[in-house]
Amino acid sequence: MAVEISLSGEVITARLTGEIDHHTAVGLRKEIDNSIEINMPSLVILDFERVSFMDSSGIGLIMGRYKNLSKRGANLNISGVNPRLYKMMRLSGIERIVKVDSPLKGEKFDG
Amino acid sequence: MADKNCFSMIVDSRSVNESFVRSVISTFAAVLDPTVEEISDIKTAVSEVVTNCIVHAYPDTIGKIYIKCNTEGNVLTVRIRDKGVGIPDVKKAMEPLYTTAGDERAGLGFAVMQSFMDYLRVYSKPEKGTTVIMKKHISVRYDLRR
Ligand SMILES: Nc1ncnc2c1ncn2[C@@H]1O[C@H](COP(=O)(O)OP(=O)(O)O)[C@@H](O)[C@H]1O
Ligand SMILES: [Mg+2]
Repeated sequence: MAVEISLSGEVITARLTGEIDHHTAVGLRKEIDNSIEINMPSLVILDFERVSFMDSSGIGLIMGRYKNLSKRGANLNISGVNPRLYKMMRLSGIERIVKVDSPLKGEKFDG
Repeated sequence: MADKNCFSMIVDSRSVNESFVRSVISTFAAVLDPTVEEISDIKTAVSEVVTNCIVHAYPDTIGKIYIKCNTEGNVLTVRIRDKGVGIPDVKKAMEPLYTTAGDERAGLGFAVMQSFMDYLRVYSKPEKGTTVIMKKHISVRYDLRR
């Protein structure tokens, strides 16, 4: 699991790669929070395009960053969500508080 | 249709085993020819159960996680047991968003098992441990041999 962080103006993009679970979430959290601490962004985009697996630890990761950024008056967006990840995000209700960009949003999924 | 099959294994409650166990179980289920979605559902639910054993059942120790799986017809059954702290109120623990483990846990593990699998039972006793049984019906697709 890896995260590639890039900065453009006041926007941080964190491109996640691999599998997100409780084991890998710890490292991701540290790297992202560290970059927020240093760069003081007004917007963080978490890009899930290269994420091949995510369990509810990924929702914990998103929620944790959302709370951290809200305290600083900054925003969080989610992008690159495939149907399998979207199923998890929809179940969590996270869309009600964070903007989720999925190429397949609105389509119907099994289950 | 695949023959009846089963396997069991015991792993340490170490977080590296989260990916190990979900890979093993999804590979075992592959004989039922699941779709990409079905594999993802199984992996996700299994990951939730194993994570719970690691995070909640054995919070300050490394314990054993006991895993049994079988396939019969087009149904995968997964049974995962720990001998950890147990759950005092299972019904409450299974409510969405309920968590006893602070900020980075979403409290969605049981909700995921419930909605991604076709059957879920949880048995638990404080100080004795917890058993989770889940089943998944794998869709039977068009068979060229027929
Ligand atoms: N194997 C287990 N042993 C002890 N307690 C458990 C176990 N599995 C779940 N729990 C309890 O049930 C609660 C809800 O679990 P879950 O829905 O997976 O959410 P989370 O893991 O995010 O807390 C946990 O916070 C914990 O208190
Ligand atoms: Mg859990």
